[in-house]
Amino acid sequence: MALQLPIYMDYHATTPVDPRVIETMLPYFGVKFGNAASRSHAFGWGAEEAVTISREKIAALIGAKNPKEIVFTSGATESDNLAIKGVAEFYKEKGNHIITSVIEHKAVLDTCKRLEKEGFEVTYLPVTTEGLVEPEAVKKALTDKTILVSIMLANNEVGTIQPIAEIGKLTRERGILLHTDAVQGIGKTPFDVEAMNVDLASITAHKMYGPKGIGALYVRRSKPRVRITAQVDGGGHEFGMRSGTLNVPGIVGFGKAAEIMKAEGAEESKRIAKQRDALHEKLTKRLDDVKLNGSREHRLPGNLNVSFAFVEGEALMMAIKDVAVSSGSACTSASLEPSYVLHSMGIGDDLAHSSIRFGLGRFTTDEEVDFVANLVSEKVEKLREMSPLYEMHKEGIDLASVQWAAH
Amino acid sequence: MAYSEKVIDHYENPRNVGTLDKNDEHVGTGLVGAPACGDVMRLQIKVNDAGVIEDAKFKTFGCGSAIASSSLATEWLKGKSVDEAETIKNSMIAEELNLPPVKIHCSVLAEDAIKSAIVDFRAKQAAKRALAK
Repeated sequence: MALQLPIYMDYHATTPVDPRVIETMLPYFGVKFGNAASRSHAFGWGAEEAVTISREKIAALIGAKNPKEIVFTSGATESDNLAIKGVAEFYKEKGNHIITSVIEHKAVLDTCKRLEKEGFEVTYLPVTTEGLVEPEAVKKALTDKTILVSIMLANNEVGTIQPIAEIGKLTRERGILLHTDAVQGIGKTPFDVEAMNVDLASITAHKMYGPKGIGALYVRRSKPRVRITAQVDGGGHEFGMRSGTLNVPGIVGFGKAAEIMKAEGAEESKRIAKQRDALHEKLTKRLDDVKLNGSREHRLPGNLNVSFAFVEGEALMMAIKDVAVSSGSACTSASLEPSYVLHSMGIGDDLAHSSIRFGLGRFTTDEEVDFVANLVSEKVEKLREMSPLYEMHKEGIDLASVQWAAH
Repeated sequence: MAYSEKVIDHYENPRNVGTLDKNDEHVGTGLVGAPACGDVMRLQIKVNDAGVIEDAKFKTFGCGSAIASSSLATEWLKGKSVDEAETIKNSMIAEELNLPPVKIHCSVLAEDAIKSAIVDFRAKQAAKRALAK
């Protein structure tokens, strides 16, 4: 198959909808347009049945015992908000302390910050240089006032997979609820809410080859029964936890995507990990000073986050404009601050500016991996020829010893 | 972010990338920025005895706009007297390259690099004169 440009290697940002998913969704825009909440006619019944089937498929993917534990939302940002604010509001008489980590997604961090303004206390756990949250640190942070621990399943930037099962053991022992933003990890690393003692989990369709605009929050119904206060009021949809007419085509697509992931995820992940390793090997073979960010062992199969020292990330992305990747460089954000995730892992701002995240996925081909490895190597070499830092490094100057004029 | 055509042109075909002998008394070197801030520019000028910049070189660690700003600066410097070079302002660079507000600091850095290279050149000349006395 001929190589087609541009090449997509940003699967952490979003994924294309699998053609099988699109096909399953299509009737629900047209002839099967019913409102799942219409109880009085066949249009509504058909929609409700389709929603129920999707609920079952998504529950099966994450090991949930009861499909009613799946609460549909607009996406993971809403799920994170609903989980954390919902628990905080419902259990505020019990305690006011929440534990999370510094490398969570903004949907978790900013939600926690808002709760702090409302009087809650939040502990932001640090991570190791590999981006791991240590269960021991969670244990130490637990207090009598702790009502919730929220730790992501896998990080979106460096792909580090967190020890959720170990953390789940701790929280279950103490009767504290555990929420995980599982968005990046579902289907790519083993995840089972029962085995891992997870009480709430945020998931979204568009990171697993489903459509955008549909997500879910897993809310445990037994042992323990988790209660949350709804954050959107209205018709009382989704067992009273999230009002609003259901996005039936989205839910149908989400269900199909979950079914495919359950059937093919494990095999697919092996292939993707091989391609990721090949990309890493090709890059490091040709280039020196390529630093892997994150954990080698506890890593999402499709994630490769590396810093090409002495080359600025945005400049590199401009040079490889036929390849869609992302960077922890400040220049890609409006804030001009480099990645807080890399910063939290103790990676210097200079290397954070030089970082590139490659995200491989279902439709990545070996040809694309070869092409990207060659193109990136060539452009890094070219940019290093233009880099005063690389020249100084080659002359043996320790860049850390130079007095830079910060600006 | 969309780049202007001029930024892309300078980025893809950078003018005057390279290194001049920093120990040469005719060469002034400016090294500005910091790796932690994501941009470092080194700009060098070579001034002949008539006080005219006959060569200019740069190397830049930074985004496309930073590379383009320094590339443009070297282009403008060549053939100017040192005094004329001093009048180059960041706003002129930003305007020429159509830099968006978030990239204005790249042009500021280029102006700093020019000034820093001139200061270095003048310091060398002053040292030379002091020695000759």
